[in-house]
Amino acid sequence: MDAANRSEGPAIAPLRFSPLIGGFAGTSFKHEHLPAILAEGKQRGFFEVHAENYMGAGGPPHRALEAVRRDHPLSLHGVCMSIGGPQPLDQEHLARFRRLVDRYQPALVSEHLAWSTHGTTYFNDLLPLPYTQATLARACDHIDQMQDVIRRPILLENPSTYVTFRESTMSETDFIRRVAQRTGCGLLLDINNVFVSATNHGFSAAQYLTEFPLSRVGEIHLAGHAWQTDDEDEPLLIDSHDGPVADPVWALFETTIRRCGAIPTLIEWDSKVPDWPILKAEAAAAQAILDRCHSIARRTYGHAAV
Amino acid sequence: MRRFEQHPRSVYTAFAAGLMDPSRDTPSAVVGPKGKGAAKRYNVYRNNVTVSLIDALTAIYPAVQRITGPDFFRAMARSHVRAAPPTSPLLFDYGRDFPAFVQQYEYARPTPWLADTARVERAWLDAYHAADAPPLSPTALASVAPDRLADLVFTVHPATRVVRSQFAVVTIFAASRAGTPAERIDASAPEDGLITRPEFDVIVQRLPPGGAVFLDGLMSGRTLAEAASAALEDSQNFDLATNIAGLIEVGAFTSLTSGDGK
Repeated sequence: MDAANRSEGPAIAPLRFSPLIGGFAGTSFKHEHLPAILAEGKQRGFFEVHAENYMGAGGPPHRALEAVRRDHPLSLHGVCMSIGGPQPLDQEHLARFRRLVDRYQPALVSEHLAWSTHGTTYFNDLLPLPYTQATLARACDHIDQMQDVIRRPILLENPSTYVTFRESTMSETDFIRRVAQRTGCGLLLDINNVFVSATNHGFSAAQYLTEFPLSRVGEIHLAGHAWQTDDEDEPLLIDSHDGPVADPVWALFETTIRRCGAIPTLIEWDSKVPDWPILKAEAAAAQAILDRCHSIARRTYGHAAV
Repeated sequence: MRRFEQHPRSVYTAFAAGLMDPSRDTPSAVVGPKGKGAAKRYNVYRNNVTVSLIDALTAIYPAVQRITGPDFFRAMARSHVRAAPPTSPLLFDYGRDFPAFVQQYEYARPTPWLADTARVERAWLDAYHAADAPPLSPTALASVAPDRLADLVFTVHPATRVVRSQFAVVTIFAASRAGTPAERIDASAPEDGLITRPEFDVIVQRLPPGGAVFLDGLMSGRTLAEAASAALEDSQNFDLATNIAGLIEVGAFTSLTSGDGK
């Protein structure tokens, strides 16, 4: 089995760094940016890719990923495991995911609290789930399976949602906390998702963050969102990943980092992707906040610790 | 509430059923906050699903879109997405039946070369994602004894594909990828296309007369002599030396073996 896995692709260049990711800011990796990234050489940050885009047998996608992976930590972000769905996980997809983890040895591995496949149809969207004892048990079962197969814990991402379910019996933060407790998984806190959902459902983003189990957060996502209106003509935010991070999301990010210290932070930008310098500047803005909070923490606590 | 707890799958089924069927009502299980309506909210998911899948087809079939224009393409793609949504989470695998859909799409009848153009694009993407393998050395044939040539069997590169067409699909495809106007192309000239990727870049080129039958024969494991014989039946102008040299040069094979050396 392992020999067969290995024979699927060519031997890859040895990985050149110890995969520590620290309090770094990273960006989504887009192939159009590869020449600019390689021209700049090794950088401080990390890159994140959607796992499914690298599940082909070979070709330019793998060469591009090998090229950035050689000098930078990688975050592997799954978008379609359908962890929150009612049906068993796709075993073939799990096996593909494991091969990708084995091949690229990412510093971070994450998936979504959502579903995207029902029956035989793949919907290509992160769909919401009711928060009940039954859905909790199933989500935990799916995360256990995934962690068993890939042989390492994942980070589970909080969703952005536009509807809620009548039969939900617990809050999202309760649900997520229980998932983390039962499965041992870490969490990916998407602060834009928090802001989008808070606006859409009329709750306080700051309150959500105080209820969120921050001690389990291993990565933060920041992204842009778009504005629409709901049935009552009030703001309905869309998690569009197609623009810069909004000011209130930056503010929530800074508050969170002050509270829990520097955490690897990703600028997600997946459509209307800008030129590399613009994306890089957005990551630099996140890095500045990470560094500032880190130095404040050192000034406050550094000497006492020595 | 308890009923749903015991049958949670039904909530997902109702949610899923309306995603690609705009005639369905908003599922009763979903609500907005504080008694707000959920229709526009649920429609965000409907829109995400359909638009993202149309975008996926647009990314796979850019030349088809260039020929039809974006509005025509998106309407055609929407029909296909609703009739045949993906069954795999790997979107680069989606749309394998799109060329056949285009072929029978009523409004595409005035442009009958559209379906074969789509077949070239599908082959291009398959070659792009195919397993990597070093192509057969250009000198490999020189080391074969002349009396063994007829029995040679070739292993075709994982990226190699053939698309046969009654239309000038290779020329149409190339013009589209190069961004040059296609208006002056005589679409009615039949062309057979070879698609492969020996290294980094996918190659799409026309096959000479008989070349498609020849390569098809080699791809199905027939010997050089058998494939050449079939090619000659297909076209009197088939030239074995030109074809085999061209295929090796472009990297269509990975290895060769003597057919009787089992």
